[in-house]
Amino acid sequence: MALSGMDIYKLLPKKNCKECGFPTCLAFAMKLAQGAVEATKCPYMSDDAKARLSEATAPPMRTVKFGAGDKCYNLGGETVLFRHEKTFVNRPRFAVLFSDAMSEEEIQGKIARMNKVNYVRINEEMYVEIAALKCESANKETFLSLIKKVKDSCKKAVPMIITSDPEIARAAVEECKESGPILFGADEQNCEDMVELAKQHGLLLGVTAPDQEKLYNLVQKIQNLGYRELLLSTESGTLKQMFDDVVNIRRTALLSQDRTLGYPTLVFVNKLSKDKMMQLAMATLFVEKYASVIVLDDIDYSLALPLFALRQNIYTDPQRPMKVEQGLYKIGSADENSPLLVTVDFALTYFIVSGEVERSKIPSWMLIPDAGGYSVLTAWASGKFSGKSIAKAVKDFAVEEKLKTREIVIPGKVAVLKADIEDELPGWKVVVGPDEAALLPKFLRDYADKKVS
Amino acid sequence: MAYKKPVQKFTGKIREVTLGENLKLGGESVLPFYSFDGDTGHKPALGMEIWDVYPESWPATIVNELGDRAQKPAEWAKYVEEKYNPDFICLRLVGANQDAGDKSPEECALVAKQVAEAVNLPLVIAGCDSNEKNGKIFTKVAEALPEKNIAFLSAVEGNYKEVGAAVGLAYGNIVVAESSVDLNLAKQLNILLMQLGVKPEKMLMNPGCSAVGYGFEYVVTTLDRIRLAALDQNDTTLQMPIIMPVSFETWKVKESVATEEDVPEWGNQEERGIAVEISTAVGVLTAGANAVILRHPRSLQVLREFINCLI
Repeated sequence: MALSGMDIYKLLPKKNCKECGFPTCLAFAMKLAQGAVEATKCPYMSDDAKARLSEATAPPMRTVKFGAGDKCYNLGGETVLFRHEKTFVNRPRFAVLFSDAMSEEEIQGKIARMNKVNYVRINEEMYVEIAALKCESANKETFLSLIKKVKDSCKKAVPMIITSDPEIARAAVEECKESGPILFGADEQNCEDMVELAKQHGLLLGVTAPDQEKLYNLVQKIQNLGYRELLLSTESGTLKQMFDDVVNIRRTALLSQDRTLGYPTLVFVNKLSKDKMMQLAMATLFVEKYASVIVLDDIDYSLALPLFALRQNIYTDPQRPMKVEQGLYKIGSADENSPLLVTVDFALTYFIVSGEVERSKIPSWMLIPDAGGYSVLTAWASGKFSGKSIAKAVKDFAVEEKLKTREIVIPGKVAVLKADIEDELPGWKVVVGPDEAALLPKFLRDYADKKVS
Repeated sequence: MAYKKPVQKFTGKIREVTLGENLKLGGESVLPFYSFDGDTGHKPALGMEIWDVYPESWPATIVNELGDRAQKPAEWAKYVEEKYNPDFICLRLVGANQDAGDKSPEECALVAKQVAEAVNLPLVIAGCDSNEKNGKIFTKVAEALPEKNIAFLSAVEGNYKEVGAAVGLAYGNIVVAESSVDLNLAKQLNILLMQLGVKPEKMLMNPGCSAVGYGFEYVVTTLDRIRLAALDQNDTTLQMPIIMPVSFETWKVKESVATEEDVPEWGNQEERGIAVEISTAVGVLTAGANAVILRHPRSLQVLREFINCLI
């Protein structure tokens, strides 16, 4: 349970030595209680006090890791149930399921589709992070050959080994240990062996039990074996029960402050439905609430586009809005005479405006200056969206060399910038666009017509 | 230590609002789908969108299936009712837009009346892009169809007096209060409508919708905060059920609009549109919406199954 600042103060040496960076031990204790500083900053604390403190000030939900090298991911570590309370920190990761009972054709098809889904959306590379590899053959060699095949073909995906047989698991880990696989899963029967294997290689261990209560008991048993790098799941067969499980595992950690279930969770949505669109619906539910690994049967762009975009949105820190990169963006088959529009680098604004430009079917250019990541009016009010910043972008992105047009369309809400921009950009004419992005298609069509005539 | 399952009990409750004769929305005293905490109220309702003009931009399979009916809103509505039986039908008056026919409020009222007479399902009326014109359209439509519990999308800050007075007060229908993705704006508009005299049981909210990927975090957070204010803080000015026109947003984003020629690697265009619609609808239902409007029959089918699995 959490300790108060005074409880913590009693454990400190009370020397007021200031070596922790705080003026007094009491001030340090208060910061510790808020979780704003680490207990190890105090050089004079007894080992016993340190152990008690690190236990008491540890976050309610552990942050665990899997993968290796630049494909290393954190899961868990969440501190709130709703993103507006602070922020969600470690986004869920998606997995596609392979089984060693599948035909070669099926396996190759999935590999190809997994490799095909790889793109960048607002500075984030999107792809399936995990290849879930399930042993159904009960045959070590068959399973190893699946692991090898997928490992060699899907270089980006970290393997997740799925078997309840410790012997097969051991061989599987040997086959792919350099990529930091997830080991799934430890259950009531095999947990001693599985824990030993996970411990030996420092792997994230998937734990599985029939329901919340049995999972709770199993986690206690595993913690008593001295292992805490865990990923939890239940075997509930209905969506309703699975949602109950995932929400209540999270609430046990964050509301009841019981760290026994203070670990991230995994959901096999592929077991809850075989229908692709139902899997999408369920995955959407669990991205919002509160799974950390979501296993699908397959992937393609129709699933990836909404799911990855949703995840990117939900895991945006409310205090730090998403920014798009500055630059000159081409919309459609724009040429050097096409219309040029300018707006801010706030991702939401960029997406709405570029969407409307696309809808207009008038090929155009969009210039995005450094506007601090704010919306149009906020950026204007704070001086970040100004004649200077726009002129700088025109120069930085060599607009005068790339385009013949010397007209630039600005958002109607900042019509007052017209003179300022024309001062900064000699030879240019500023055209005031509509107040709302929704009116852009009509505006652009009229504007293009006028230019032609 | 033994496992003790956590429970969140709230003092507040979402109001019950009836659409049409008998479609009840709201009534829950827990977060969406939290049946393990208590009463989840009435099942979330699924509506299908139809237009008063030919839906040229719609997916080819829908347009082909509709055939000539796509020219006649009343037949279209009847077909949707018989074939897909959604919980309600949303007639969107696209033809009132300047660039799509600029229909007069009287013409709109005539179409709405024909549709209302053709079907038994509850009706939702959505206006055009001009809030000013919507005030006039809604007045005429509500006058033609009084006391029918038809919901009108939407009353906004600029036209709430006209819409509230006509739809809510004079003709006894349901006013949807629309604000732009901010709890305080939603609250303020609700209060203004109530001060005007609109009864809360004749009100729904649309606190602003977008497609997944397009600032959807603001939509989810606004819904989260509205629901927590309504349930946890028992804020009676935010306890109206929420309706969201999901399809109005999802079918215009790049993921749905880009053709296979535009982006070959993305694959089948219609499938992408359906996926964005499903994901967005589930996304808002999970955060607090009580009703969503959909376009594609496949989305309706998946959402229906999804809700049945969770309730």
